[in-house]
Amino acid sequence: MRLKWKISILIAVSLALIAVYLFVGIPGNWDYILPRRFTRVLAIIITGSVIAIATVVFQTITNNRILTPSLIGLDSLYILLQTFFIFVFGSTSIVALNANINFAISVGAMVIFALLLYHLLFRKQKNVYYLLLIGIVFGTFFSSLSSFMEVLIDPNEFFMVQNKMFASFNNVNTDILWFAIIILVATIIYFWRYIKYLDVMALGKEHAINLGIDYDKVMQRLLVVIAIWISVATALVGPILFLGLLVSNVTYEFMKTYKHGYLLLASALISIVALVGGQLIVDRIFSFNTTLSVIINFVGGVYFLYLILKENKAW
Amino acid sequence: MVEVQEITKKYGNKAVVDQVSVSIPKGKITSFIGPNGAGKSTLLSIVSRLITKDTGEVHIDNEEISSVKSNALAKKIAILKQSNHLNVRLTVKELVSFGRFPYSQGRLKKEDHRFIQEAIDYMELNELEDKYLDELSGGQRQRAFIAMVIAQDTEYILLDEPLNNLDMKHSVQIMKVLKRLVNELGKTVVIVIHDVNFASVYSDYIVALKNGKIVHQGPKDDMIDKKVLRDVYDMDIQIQDIDQCKICLYFN
Repeated sequence: MRLKWKISILIAVSLALIAVYLFVGIPGNWDYILPRRFTRVLAIIITGSVIAIATVVFQTITNNRILTPSLIGLDSLYILLQTFFIFVFGSTSIVALNANINFAISVGAMVIFALLLYHLLFRKQKNVYYLLLIGIVFGTFFSSLSSFMEVLIDPNEFFMVQNKMFASFNNVNTDILWFAIIILVATIIYFWRYIKYLDVMALGKEHAINLGIDYDKVMQRLLVVIAIWISVATALVGPILFLGLLVSNVTYEFMKTYKHGYLLLASALISIVALVGGQLIVDRIFSFNTTLSVIINFVGGVYFLYLILKENKAW
Repeated sequence: MVEVQEITKKYGNKAVVDQVSVSIPKGKITSFIGPNGAGKSTLLSIVSRLITKDTGEVHIDNEEISSVKSNALAKKIAILKQSNHLNVRLTVKELVSFGRFPYSQGRLKKEDHRFIQEAIDYMELNELEDKYLDELSGGQRQRAFIAMVIAQDTEYILLDEPLNNLDMKHSVQIMKVLKRLVNELGKTVVIVIHDVNFASVYSDYIVALKNGKIVHQGPKDDMIDKKVLRDVYDMDIQIQDIDQCKICLYFN
């Protein structure tokens, strides 16, 4: 009951912010401004909720609250792919220009990478931290490779890569918005049956197995779903995974429950509030002089330091 | 009946559990004893599928555990490991409710609530049921975890050092509960235990391991024996009958 109240408050706040964002401050020319704002808000809602949910799920299956899926190197892989396409095929090639093809290849490659990582390493070692460690190594490797290629390419082409390197809701990749929505709806339907396992997974591996969860299978499926979500979010706006860390921890503090049904919904809503609110600030106060990711990374960085200091005391 | 056949588990080249075969009698308390590093906990984890075995078979009621669905197994056998640190903050009642997961899949029905309440009553946790686990003492927390296992309503209950870090009073309390589980509810309890005297006083059947192998096994009266214990612990242990209990004196 208390939980339902909290959810209702969050829904109300996010709806209010969305309404403000959509309808306030339109000087005229509604036909032009409204659809543009609408697609932007839609992209924000999708990316925000997907990143939040993916992070909460990832933290639950790794039993650690200060991890984000970026640790397994997915977003650096995305940047590497983008750089690679332009480096090899050039900025006028079909993979660079056709957003849908680019998107499909990127998502496919990221999912295959997540699966490989799982099968080659996790299956045998059965240790999440081993997976993460290798993920960090790969992530750094991918980033170095991308920087290497970025140094070599033509400055004009580098500009195209750079556009994709920083998350920004000011230039959302709207071409793939509908494609992304279809993928997300499909994965969420698939994910639905796993929600109930998350509460038990949060107790740790041994309790989860004892309570009859096919741990390896569930773990693998969830990792793939996370990989898809992260790829979609990254392809839409760019690497913005810090947001997930921020939002998931605010959610735990706010909701104070272990029930993932509520946690997932609340994290998505808090993420929407943070992003739409932040975008309002970027648009109306800073008049587009900065991007949302700068603000989020700043707030997130401060919060992350606070978390480390706090957890340090708790353990 | 739990039938373990020629189980081996290796870490690198070292066999932690080496060609172990044992059958655990139904409706009794069976204790695994032995020195540190003998493979007791590993054996228990293999039987309860927490760890995969390299070779060998484990049959529970004539079914090989790897061929049975995990969820079906969770209604037959429950395991509680020694360290139970949780990353989530739960009340006693919420923890015990998790014991019903194999049946309810998260949606508690009337029957589940009945089992949860019974488990809480059984472990005398009524006054603590709305307290958070991190507010409890070690003994109370251990009782809460055992209540969860009881709510799981399995025929076989496996406990890895349930008396770890408990004082005498709470140790005795836990062992009495285990005895009642066997006598009143007909469960089969298997424990890994370090204190031979608790094994001697409360268990019916004792399995002694050393270096990954079973050195002796048998009913308690045969096992609490000077010669057997010397084989297991490499110590000369005096045994005295006190109130029909065989007590081992190993302090000097």
